[in-house]
Amino acid sequence: MDVTFSAADLEFRDEVRDFFAAEFTSSLAEEFADDSTFRDAQVAWQRKLYAKGWVAPGWPVEYGGTGWTVTQGFIYETERAAAGIPDVMPFGLKMVGPVIYSFGTDEQKARFLPRILASDDWWCQGYSETGAGSDLAALSTKAELVGNNYIVTGRKMWTTLAQYSDWIFCLVRTTRDGKSQHGISFLLIDMNTPGIEVNPIHTIDNRHTLNEVVFDEVAVPVENRIGEQDKGWTYAKALLAHERNSIAGVADSKRNLAKLKELGAAQVNGGRPMLNDPVFQMRLSDIEVELMALEYTELRVLAALSAGGHPGPESSMLKIKGTEIQQAIQELRMELAGYYGGALQGDLGDAEFNHSFANHARRAYMYGRASTIYGGSNEVQRNVIAKAVLGLGR
Amino acid sequence: MNFDFSEEQQMLRDSVSRYVKNEYDFAARSKIVASEHGMSPEAWKLFIDLGWLSIPFVEELGGYGGDIEDLVVVMEELGKGLVVEPFVSSVLLFGGLLAKSGNAALQETYIPKLIAGECIGAFAFLERQSGFELNDVATTAMPANGGYCLTGEKTVVFDGDKADSLVVVARTSGEQFDQRGISLFLVDVEASGVEKTAFRMIDGHRAAHIRFNEVQVPAANLLGNLDQGAELIDEVMPEILIGLSAEALGIMEKLNAVTAEYAQTRTQFGVPIGSFQALQHRMVDTFMAYEQTKSLLYRAICDYKASREPGADDTQSRKTMHALKVMVGRAGKLIGQEAIQIHGGIGMTDELNVGHYVKRLMVLGAAFGNADHHQRLMNRLEYG
Repeated sequence: MDVTFSAADLEFRDEVRDFFAAEFTSSLAEEFADDSTFRDAQVAWQRKLYAKGWVAPGWPVEYGGTGWTVTQGFIYETERAAAGIPDVMPFGLKMVGPVIYSFGTDEQKARFLPRILASDDWWCQGYSETGAGSDLAALSTKAELVGNNYIVTGRKMWTTLAQYSDWIFCLVRTTRDGKSQHGISFLLIDMNTPGIEVNPIHTIDNRHTLNEVVFDEVAVPVENRIGEQDKGWTYAKALLAHERNSIAGVADSKRNLAKLKELGAAQVNGGRPMLNDPVFQMRLSDIEVELMALEYTELRVLAALSAGGHPGPESSMLKIKGTEIQQAIQELRMELAGYYGGALQGDLGDAEFNHSFANHARRAYMYGRASTIYGGSNEVQRNVIAKAVLGLGR
Repeated sequence: MNFDFSEEQQMLRDSVSRYVKNEYDFAARSKIVASEHGMSPEAWKLFIDLGWLSIPFVEELGGYGGDIEDLVVVMEELGKGLVVEPFVSSVLLFGGLLAKSGNAALQETYIPKLIAGECIGAFAFLERQSGFELNDVATTAMPANGGYCLTGEKTVVFDGDKADSLVVVARTSGEQFDQRGISLFLVDVEASGVEKTAFRMIDGHRAAHIRFNEVQVPAANLLGNLDQGAELIDEVMPEILIGLSAEALGIMEKLNAVTAEYAQTRTQFGVPIGSFQALQHRMVDTFMAYEQTKSLLYRAICDYKASREPGADDTQSRKTMHALKVMVGRAGKLIGQEAIQIHGGIGMTDELNVGHYVKRLMVLGAAFGNADHHQRLMNRLEYG
């Protein structure tokens, strides 16, 4: 058992650190924080990573990956989060990209992968529907093959940032008999195709991130189907496991916890810094104990993967624990904001509002409630572990 | 032994409940929240006409002379409707402080106006740095021109955007954190030097930061004794905490009901999600959290009333108030979080009422100290 960094690892860490320090400028950070410039900032940053060759560390080298060791990947993530740099958008680079290089045709790989790497296309995910949440296989958006096109009709729900998207990858129903997992196909759909409508869903954080995407007889060329017709569930399952891996967010939670300690040192109650308060300390260390363990749970999973394993049911645990820790941090930061946590900054400037972090804390807490719902709810993840890991209920 | 509300109290409850059900449904409430002033003059007028604003005040001043249970039934039902009109600020806070101030002249002037809705009151106690510590007061009131000169800033004043008059907590002597040396003043917002920055709250209510730039306050506007304002706040605090907890209890009941109903109707995997034991057990937990909160609320009512008997001491009552606020904070958070989680994606939407109930519970959880703060105070009381 050995987790020490080699000289080469330390050299790599310095390279990553220097690159981030030079390229993630404070103006870029400001653009990220502003809803009106967020999309452009995200694309600009991903293009810098692309130019450096680091935009898709998880991909096989032949498709544009970095070929890093598990340790290098860990170092990269830790440094990224520590520098306060948002992760890449997952939909193209971490979700549909891996599906395309795993199951796509050579033509699909050549057509889509370079554009995903270069952030030429913004992708979103068309999975959930009103009647298909945790029970994703109940989806009913239908696709009928007519000539060389699938004609797609239905509604996808909770589509993150569909308003920015050029492409959507969708699960659609192509056959209606048999087991519900059978008869689902995986389609790549150009968002500019006639018949697609994007309707905003306003959420409890008083923002617009989620959307309903309506398909009304949308023609999708058959060459945009991944793999075989009716076998889309297999591809989607592989993708869900990938999604769960990135959902743990250990490095970001480490950073957020460190920031929370800084905020606790600055926030006073009765003249004393909250960080010196034993109750607040207990709340912090409750979270930190779990996070310290999760960091190593994730490393154990990654080490097993690098030894030839596949992301499987254990990624469910990363999702459950990772999101619970994220929510715990968000909740404690919200508590720290006190009365201000209930205030909406709205149109007030920072000076007028008179509080440095309450507005962000509130948004993060409210939107953060979604993390235990999306990507397969934590209840579904517990079912996966119960069945697939513990062998219960068979 | 009897935990029943009286017939009159039951009638009062029914009247508020009927109003909320018939005229203050979620759609109506959303319109009010989005309106320019964030309250409905028609609703407020009705509260006046039905006498709800008069409940805690003595009959000599036009009040109903109600007791704490009357307030509880009203607050619980207002909670279920997420009513945003300034009942808490005007009646419970401003009115409560005034009623216990012993300042007869101010009472005679303001209480009839409060009851008639001619004056909306608010309580300006918080400061930017004070966290949950009520004694952390940097705003000063210095003797000047036979009265006081008020300088400082109060933040997140509930309903401070619309209030006509404020009770302002200011320091008249002592150091920033001293309990002694705090005094309360009634301040007219039209007074020269009062400056408001209004904003919305997440729960649909409004608030304001209010600056006092050398505001001249007449000596007659002192509430209670000079330098002993903290004692006056202490005296009113049980009614405030009981009232807010009753509102929270109403919300918890509603959230649990809405969630159970959804679990019965929402189908996944071919069955209602309420048939899954994993969810059933959690809904049992939120049900028990609600019942425990109710028990502690009733205990708080009993202990508070006992503390008001001649010669009684209030140690037990004070402890129970802290326990109640701990419970309201924790149970409210559990119930709110589970309601969103069990609803799934739809629970995240602004269009559903669930998120709005959750947000009011969050504000109530923080109001006058969150669970951790009251646990700290309870420990201090118990263990020194």
